[in-house]
Amino acid sequence: MTAVQFNKDADGIVTLTLDMPGRSMNVLNEELTGPFADAITRIEGDATIKGVIITSGKKEFLAGADIEKVYKMTRPEEAFELSEAFKAFLRRLEKCGRPVVAALNGTALGGGLELALGCHYRIAIDDPKAKFGLPEVKLGLLPGGGGTQRLPRLIGIQASLPLMLEGKELKAAQAKQQGILNELATDKDDMFAKARAWIAANPKPVQPWDDKKFRWPGGDSKNPANVQMWAIAPSMASAKSYGNYPAVTNIMSCVFEGGITDFDTGCRVESRYFANCVVSQVSKNMIGSLWFQLNGINKGSSRPEGFERSTVKKLGILGAGMMGAGIAYVSAKVGIEVVLLDTTQEAADRGKAYSANLLDKAMKKGRMTQAGKDELLARIKATTRYDDLKGSDLIIEAVFEDRAIKADVTRKAEAQLAKTAVFASNTSTLPITGLATASERPKNFIGLHFFSPVDKMPLVEIIKGKKTSAETLAKGFDFVQQIKKTPIVVNDSRGFYTSRCFATYPMEGLTLLAEGQHPRAIEMAGLQAGMPVGPLAVQDEVSLSLSMHIIEQTRKDLAAEGKTVAEHPGVAVIEKMCKQLDRPGKKAGKGFYDYPAGAPKHLWAGLADAFPLAEQLPQQEMIDRLMYAQANEAAKCHEEKVVETVADTNIGSIFGWGFAPFQGGALQFINAVGLEQFVKRSKQLEKKYGARFKPAKILVRMAKEGARFDA
Amino acid sequence: MTEAFIYDAVRTPRGKGKKDGSLHQVTPIHLVANLLWALQARNQNLDTALVDDVVLGCVTPVGEQGADIARVAVLYANWAESVAGVTQSRFCASGLESVNIAAQKIGSGFEDLVVAGGVESMSRWAMGSDGGAWAMDPRVNQYTGFAPQGIGADTIATLEGFSRQDVDAFALASQQKAARARAEGRFAKSLIPVKDINGMVVLDHDEFIRGDATMEGLAQLKPSFEQMGQMGFDATALRTYTTLEKINHVHHAGNSSGIVDGAALMLIGNKKIGKKLGLKPRARIVQTAVIGSEPTIMLTGIGPASKKALKRAGMEASNIDLFEINEAFAAVVMRAQRDLGIDPAKVNVNGGAIAMGHPLGATGCAILGTLLDEMERQDKQTGLASLCVGAGMGIATIIERV
Repeated sequence: MTAVQFNKDADGIVTLTLDMPGRSMNVLNEELTGPFADAITRIEGDATIKGVIITSGKKEFLAGADIEKVYKMTRPEEAFELSEAFKAFLRRLEKCGRPVVAALNGTALGGGLELALGCHYRIAIDDPKAKFGLPEVKLGLLPGGGGTQRLPRLIGIQASLPLMLEGKELKAAQAKQQGILNELATDKDDMFAKARAWIAANPKPVQPWDDKKFRWPGGDSKNPANVQMWAIAPSMASAKSYGNYPAVTNIMSCVFEGGITDFDTGCRVESRYFANCVVSQVSKNMIGSLWFQLNGINKGSSRPEGFERSTVKKLGILGAGMMGAGIAYVSAKVGIEVVLLDTTQEAADRGKAYSANLLDKAMKKGRMTQAGKDELLARIKATTRYDDLKGSDLIIEAVFEDRAIKADVTRKAEAQLAKTAVFASNTSTLPITGLATASERPKNFIGLHFFSPVDKMPLVEIIKGKKTSAETLAKGFDFVQQIKKTPIVVNDSRGFYTSRCFATYPMEGLTLLAEGQHPRAIEMAGLQAGMPVGPLAVQDEVSLSLSMHIIEQTRKDLAAEGKTVAEHPGVAVIEKMCKQLDRPGKKAGKGFYDYPAGAPKHLWAGLADAFPLAEQLPQQEMIDRLMYAQANEAAKCHEEKVVETVADTNIGSIFGWGFAPFQGGALQFINAVGLEQFVKRSKQLEKKYGARFKPAKILVRMAKEGARFDA
Repeated sequence: MTEAFIYDAVRTPRGKGKKDGSLHQVTPIHLVANLLWALQARNQNLDTALVDDVVLGCVTPVGEQGADIARVAVLYANWAESVAGVTQSRFCASGLESVNIAAQKIGSGFEDLVVAGGVESMSRWAMGSDGGAWAMDPRVNQYTGFAPQGIGADTIATLEGFSRQDVDAFALASQQKAARARAEGRFAKSLIPVKDINGMVVLDHDEFIRGDATMEGLAQLKPSFEQMGQMGFDATALRTYTTLEKINHVHHAGNSSGIVDGAALMLIGNKKIGKKLGLKPRARIVQTAVIGSEPTIMLTGIGPASKKALKRAGMEASNIDLFEINEAFAAVVMRAQRDLGIDPAKVNVNGGAIAMGHPLGATGCAILGTLLDEMERQDKQTGLASLCVGAGMGIATIIERV
């Protein structure tokens, strides 16, 4: 069986069906392009062929390039050749003298869409699940198959740039509206009929860029409107990327320079920038984590084997606050029957109203219908009655962080449950093993730590208590995937994994403040490091008073255990802000920032007196401190087996607390710096700033062994 | 080193740089030719064959002011065929750069007599229409932190704590000083009316000056750079100036340099050629300097360039009697005064580009001429002219009357 089936019919129309053996999806590699090139040679040599239809024998059209191959490339020459070869092949296709139609039976992303752009006409089935786009930037790459040249020449420079810079994935109708697709079809038959009709009507098509009379839609790069756009586009991009993503710069260069040169030179330029992306550390970081490690997690690398895949049909949620309400929404969205329970009907209803509110917003954006909204809301029952929980496969407790309250609701809920049901706590601070003591069935007890806001945050941290069974873990894992979130699995420990590591980021920022660094410069260091929010702003969001509460709880706990542990120097800042200055955080409208009504927040002027400026550090020194603090803590968690796999550690850091995605996660950051260098620099930081920078033992050992964190 | 002397300085009036500006009807080469003819006439019917070179600044050298307008102007003005011509751009400093190059040509002993100056028809060839890698090429733009000058000027104001009122007051003073200078005929010595091919006068005075400007009127003008700042340029400035949370947009059309058309020239030579031609040197060019500075804020080069020139000349800022500091934006001059620790009363005593306009390629030469005229009027000895420059540079020239 060949990857490209060649079928010529009586009308002289050849249908090339891409159908790679032994794979669920077609990907661009030699296995496909080899037979494809043979087919083109056949077409070129056969004058009786009147037209060509390219389609796929799989559910999707073509997912894109073979990432594994790209990931392994370390020499720019080989990446350049790869890009050139694919484009040469597309050039032959579009210049074969016969009409070539892409019949897109499903998703065409990246190289898949680039192949379609190398056809004269594109027809797609209007399937809401099908996606079209050039998302290479999300892996630190760029469309190296002529995408940066064809798309702008097809729909204009200004329309094409955001699609490539943000890697937007469009639905068929959107892609048609943008001019990327020419026509939509209702089903396969309709698609092929339309393809044949177009071939019959257009025997000698020429690609726009090969037409002597070609004019750029919206003008080329020299067009005055585009010149103005080019002046500001880099600032707009850097305002988000802080210059950390070479692919963003390279995509702009491809489109800009392609808008000055002819098509073929533009393609050559694209190959050079593509090669630059392929060998960049950033693409290695992003592909390693956000492709291979994430795919591994999604395939169940941290899920215990030997248990059949489970689905939750009915879910009980205890506590209809912000977290409970969010969990209700994401669960009802995937068709789960939800019971949302609180102590008063009013509170329960308020929790349900959270979903209604989100659905109204989606309706306004045209992403939801009234019927869809009604259906989803009908799945959520807001109640105060525990016996409504009967028949639940899973309970998630999301009540106040108080052991006594949690124990109480655990007992009340369990009384209604079948023995096989799983009980999960959404605690972010209290050890699961301790909470499980309130349960009749500690084997069925697990932690499911969601992040706020639940509907936006992609991660759920699954916490294994001492007695949590493998089967319960498997069920928890399945549920997290059922609600389309990414699960990482961690062991029970103070702060688990994400909260513990995340805290090092604001705490280091607070320490810098205490040392007399300018608060705005500290925030900027965080943003420049690639974190989504500055450390002071994020501490405001978490709330200083909550942190104070946890600090005091920890002090009590440690005192009870007879332990003394040196406190982080950032603690003094929280204490000062809470106890002396009455600045408890964002919720109170006053933290490190002021939050004036109807205006953007700004740093509190009183910080100047509270934390007087000292000699200012270079930004890079602050960036290093903020990043090393997080990475070192993540390494300690890995060493202590709080989080066991490299994949979970990296993905948990990016999805859980926003660790700079371009670094590929907390452990990949260490890989990229180099273990030896990381240890060396950590020791410098330890000497200058304190013991918290002392490199984790595992790092010292790995540095000696020349090892690195590989999944 | 051979001493370089300024023998003469001429300039056109500055015409409003829009389609209703008087000089919009005149080609840029004609502006230059007018001045070349004036130099010839004013200097003992100058034998142009003795001129080695014409050095002109032009910041947007495209279209009819493109290519090498200096050489073509020599030919068009019917000067001796043997006179060479070169056009250069050091952005806004180009006019003064021409003078400095001339001084260096003379100082090196390689040449005897050079015409230096610049031209810009901003009404005909819009600023920026020549493109350039800095703004256009996205990777260069991103790597170097490109932002328009106004963003830099507003960043200076924010860093220095200049309020909208502060910069407006500076602008008002510029208008008042320029209006008085014009009324008193202080520009008359250098000002050459622009005549058309029939000899009819097209413009004989600086038409951009708004002597009736008021604080109230200025207060009503909308900030020019706020919108583009919010689109992304502010973020670029804030990434470099990490102590700022936001940019305070205080500059507008009334406190920024005006867009105008104009040209300026100087006759610069050594002592020997002056004697040969029977010309009296007016001033000696003591020192020139250029520096590079942080490009995003762009406009902070005046202090460092002036200090470099002073240091090399063995002088202090206090040794300078009068300053001309180009009024690209109000905050630029206000900051430069602070950087140099100088008395604002010695600076731009006849107003500046906020009132009169800034014909990019010509301004540097024009303000040096204005400085020299004023030094003579007040009988002062030393003067320093300086400009901030695109992409983060500064230029300064020190002169001394002889």
